[in-house]
Parts: sequence; structure tokens; C-alpha cells
Amino acid sequence: MNKWIAFWNILAKDMRTYYLKPPNISWGLIFPLAWTGMFFIKSGSDAEDMLTLLPGVVAVSILFGTTSMLAVTVTFEKKNRSFERLLIAPISLGLLMLAKTGGAILFGIANAFVPVILALFLVDLSSVAWEAFLPAVVLIAIASTFLGLLIAVAVSEVFEAQTFSNFFRFPMMFLCGLFFPISQLPVFIRPLSYIAPLTYGADILHGAVYDANVMPYGLDFAILFAFCVALFAVSLRQIKRKWIA
Amino acid sequence: MSGGALPIGASLQTAIAVEGLVKRFGEVTAVESVSFEIRRGELFGFLGPNGAGKSTTINMLTGLARPDEGRIWIGGIDCTRNPKAAQHLTGVVIDESNLYGELSGFDNLSFCGALHGMRKAEREARARKLLESFGLTEAADRRFVAYSKGMKRKLAIAAGIIHEPEILFLDEPTTGIDVASARQIRQLIADLRSRGTTVFLTTHYIEEAERLCDRIAFIVSGKTVRIDTVEHLLQPVKQRHVVQIAYSGSNGDVQRKLAESFPDLRFQILSAGLIQVTADRPIPVGPLVRFLEDRGGEVAEARRMRPSLEDVFVEITGIEADAMRKEKEKSGGGGAS
Repeated sequence: MNKWIAFWNILAKDMRTYYLKPPNISWGLIFPLAWTGMFFIKSGSDAEDMLTLLPGVVAVSILFGTTSMLAVTVTFEKKNRSFERLLIAPISLGLLMLAKTGGAILFGIANAFVPVILALFLVDLSSVAWEAFLPAVVLIAIASTFLGLLIAVAVSEVFEAQTFSNFFRFPMMFLCGLFFPISQLPVFIRPLSYIAPLTYGADILHGAVYDANVMPYGLDFAILFAFCVALFAVSLRQIKRKWIA
Repeated sequence: MSGGALPIGASLQTAIAVEGLVKRFGEVTAVESVSFEIRRGELFGFLGPNGAGKSTTINMLTGLARPDEGRIWIGGIDCTRNPKAAQHLTGVVIDESNLYGELSGFDNLSFCGALHGMRKAEREARARKLLESFGLTEAADRRFVAYSKGMKRKLAIAAGIIHEPEILFLDEPTTGIDVASARQIRQLIADLRSRGTTVFLTTHYIEEAERLCDRIAFIVSGKTVRIDTVEHLLQPVKQRHVVQIAYSGSNGDVQRKLAESFPDLRFQILSAGLIQVTADRPIPVGPLVRFLEDRGGEVAEARRMRPSLEDVFVEITGIEADAMRKEKEKSGGGGAS
């Protein structure tokens, strides 16, 4: 049995039926554009400010593009029991969930490049350290998607998936140093920043775009990677416990 | 062959073996010490009312639930700890048509083939063939969501067999669909069996189980109360004579009066105006009809009935056939007509 045929077809089916649908494409375009526009106007239309805004807008675009999409699609399939069709397929649960999350990860990465492409027309991006920026985008997309998976396992209704996603996403926007440094947060809130994966992804992006990372890249990447592994492992454990009970 | 040793009595001819299967949901024991063996190529019926534990058992056999106790072997593979181990051998059609509404019938089948590792050309050729044999060719490009209930169920069965599994699990395949589709599905199941596929069929339609299955297990309240061939199950009632009389007129204490006048016959009021008469010798219908008409009743019909599996089921399980009929009506049609 070629399990990679199953893997690829699950991924392709999700891309076709969920992520490449016009409403999602428009969401993927409009959302980052709106964020970019909002911060651009707020910053007094100074093009150079675009550079400092870019990491935050990229991170938010990925976070919002991945978490709710995955949580909603998995919860939807669980609800109408089509997810059982995947569970009875002869592929391992780990590979199945990687296929299932693959679409959201790709969607998140694509979302990240909407503000980047926009910025290309407004500012000089020649100083961006792409070798750090690109893997950071991929890891943020993976961590955010796996966070969405964990949310999907925790809820049973589609609307709960949306609500629960927001419960994590909106605090993360302010806690993770996306648009202002963590050092400006009240001291008692700062520990919360460091238990959110986005903090480490955003730090790499700040460093890659305008050399303003607080922690060394190696530490950021290691922690972000550890978050990805932990979120996936916990999600799989919960799926086995709750869905194959 | 892998994993633990098969239970005593099992052989290479055993497709499915289950030993002491138990499943609890909190305080409720849904399945309680279920054991059986199914031979290769056999059509095995799992018959019981709603809530008897049929779906829970099938979920454990297919890897959608984990048993709390007991062991499962499928195709000689011990699947108790690793339900994925034998999924390449099985096809599953659950009691709901759980395909993808956004995809066409053809794409759904092709996708299900891909889940089992079939290459594109192979799965597409097989999908076309199945759509043709299931009478769905014209609806091949239509989205699944636009299919009728009967079409959905047929496509779900096609999806379950696209990879030509050795063992097929069918959970209530004819529940809630129209009579014509139910009949067609029964024919498809019979065809699968004749081609050598082992079929595990759960149903609460007694006539369906009687017509299709080689052997039947009766399950009630999570326990298998009897497993045997249809022929053996019917043996005790073969010499039994049954007549049903439909009449109009007051029921009153007609049952008592009949019992007093015909002490060697057994009478049961099935519903208002419908009496069932049972005996171990041929029943004289004429005197019974005259008895009722002399007391102001008008007999519309008196019909000799063939003893059926339903009688056996009622006798063994204590569950009235009427309760099963009500379930049938509640589930919305189909039936075993």
C-alpha cells in the first residue's frame, strides 16, 4: 500500500474543497491587506515604517489564516462523520493528521506573502535576511496550524471552534511582541508572552526584517520547533483519547 | 499472521475472531463479553434492536473505538492493540452516508480508492465500473450532497468496496432508504458474498438477516444471546403452524373466549383487529372464522403464515417483534420488503 498516495490525496482534496475556494482566497488576500493598510495609516503613511510593521502583519496573517481554517474544517468533518472515513484508512494517525494539516500550513504560508508582496512595492526589502525569514514563516505556519488542531480536538461544534480560536488568537496578537516590544508590557504579563509560540516566530521575523531580534535565532528556532512537536504530539494523544475512545 | 495466538477453534479459514469483547461508556456497559468467529467468505449477520451494541461492536472491529476488554483478530492479525494493523484488509460502510458533499460521486470514489493507496488510473477505472454496476453513471459528476438517500447509500457501499476488500463491514445498510434502493442493496450484498467477500452485516431488519445471512448472532443489551445458521435457528419453529386473522368488531375479551373454546391453540392479539393463532398441529381455520362471525365480528382475511426468524428472535430474546417494527418505522422506511 502506498501510503503517500493517501497522504497526497487528502492534502489535495482539502486544498480543493476548502482552501482554494473563492471565499477563503479572498479572506487570505483581504485580511493581510486590511492589516497592512490599517497600520500604514496609523503610522502616518511613512513608507519606512512598513518595515517595522511587516513582521507583525506577516505573523498575524499566518495566525488568522491557519488556526480557524483548520479548526473549522476538522470540526466540520468530525461533525458530519466524514472524518471517520479517514480514521479507517490504512495509514498511521500521524501521517493522516500531517496530511490534514498540510493544507492549512500551505494556506498560512501563502497568506504570509501577501503583505510581503505588498511591501515590495513600497519599501526596499534587500536587507531582509530571507534565510531566517522563510523558515520562520514555515515554522509559524506549522505551530499556528497545530494550535488550530488542538482547538479542533477540544471542541465539538463549528461555532465553538471559531470562538475558541479567538480566545487564543487575540491575546497572542498583543502578547507576542508583534507590533510593540514585549519589554513594554507590564512585568506580570510578560511570562504569558513566553508561553506563546508566536513570540519566538515574531522575534525571528523582527530580526530578519530590521535586525531587532531580542533572542538569538538558534534559541527562537529551537523553541518554536519544540512548540510544533509538542502541539502535534498533544493533539495526536487527544485524538486517540477522544475520537478513537 | 501476526500478533497473539488465535482463539481456540479458529483457523486459517477464520476471517474475524472476537473473544470476550467489552466496551463501557462511563457506567453503561454497551458491549458485554461478545465472542464470535466468522469464516472467510461468510455473510454474518449481527441482529438486534437499536442500542443493542451493534454499532459499538462494529466500531471496535474497524478501529473507530477501543475495546476495554477482549481481543480482536482480523485476517489472522491481532488488532486489539493496533487497530490500524488490518485496515488494509477491510472495507467499512457505516450507518450514515459519510462521503464528501462537495465532491462528485466519481471524485468521492476516486478519493476513497486513494485512501487505500490505489493509483490514479486503477482507482478511476474501478470507480467508473462501480458507478455503472450501482446504476449511478448518470449521477457520476453530480455533487454527493445532491444525491437522494438511496443513491447516497449505494455510493457509500461502492466507496467501501472500491479497493476490493477481503472483509466488508456493513452497518445498517438499508436503514432509512426507499424500498427499491433497499432491494437493490440487498442484491449487491448477495453478489459480494457470492464473489467470496466476507461480509459482517449489522441490521435490525429480521427479514433482511434471514434472507441474506449464512449465520446470525442475536445481540441484546450488549450480549450475544445466540449464534447459529439460519437453518438451525429456524429448526424449532419449522413444525409450528401460524394463522393470522384480520377481523372487524370489538376485541372485548375475544382472546379469552377463543382460548376457552380452542384450548389446544394459542392466541395473541397483535393489534386491534389482528389475532395470531399458533399451534404445533395444522390449524382449522373454518371453525375459528365461524366462531368470530357468530359473535358479530367480520373476518376480512385469514392467512397461514410461514414461521420466520422473527418468531425465533422473539422467543430467544424476549423482545416483541412489534418493538422491532416500531424501530423500523421510526428509522424512516426501507424495510425488508
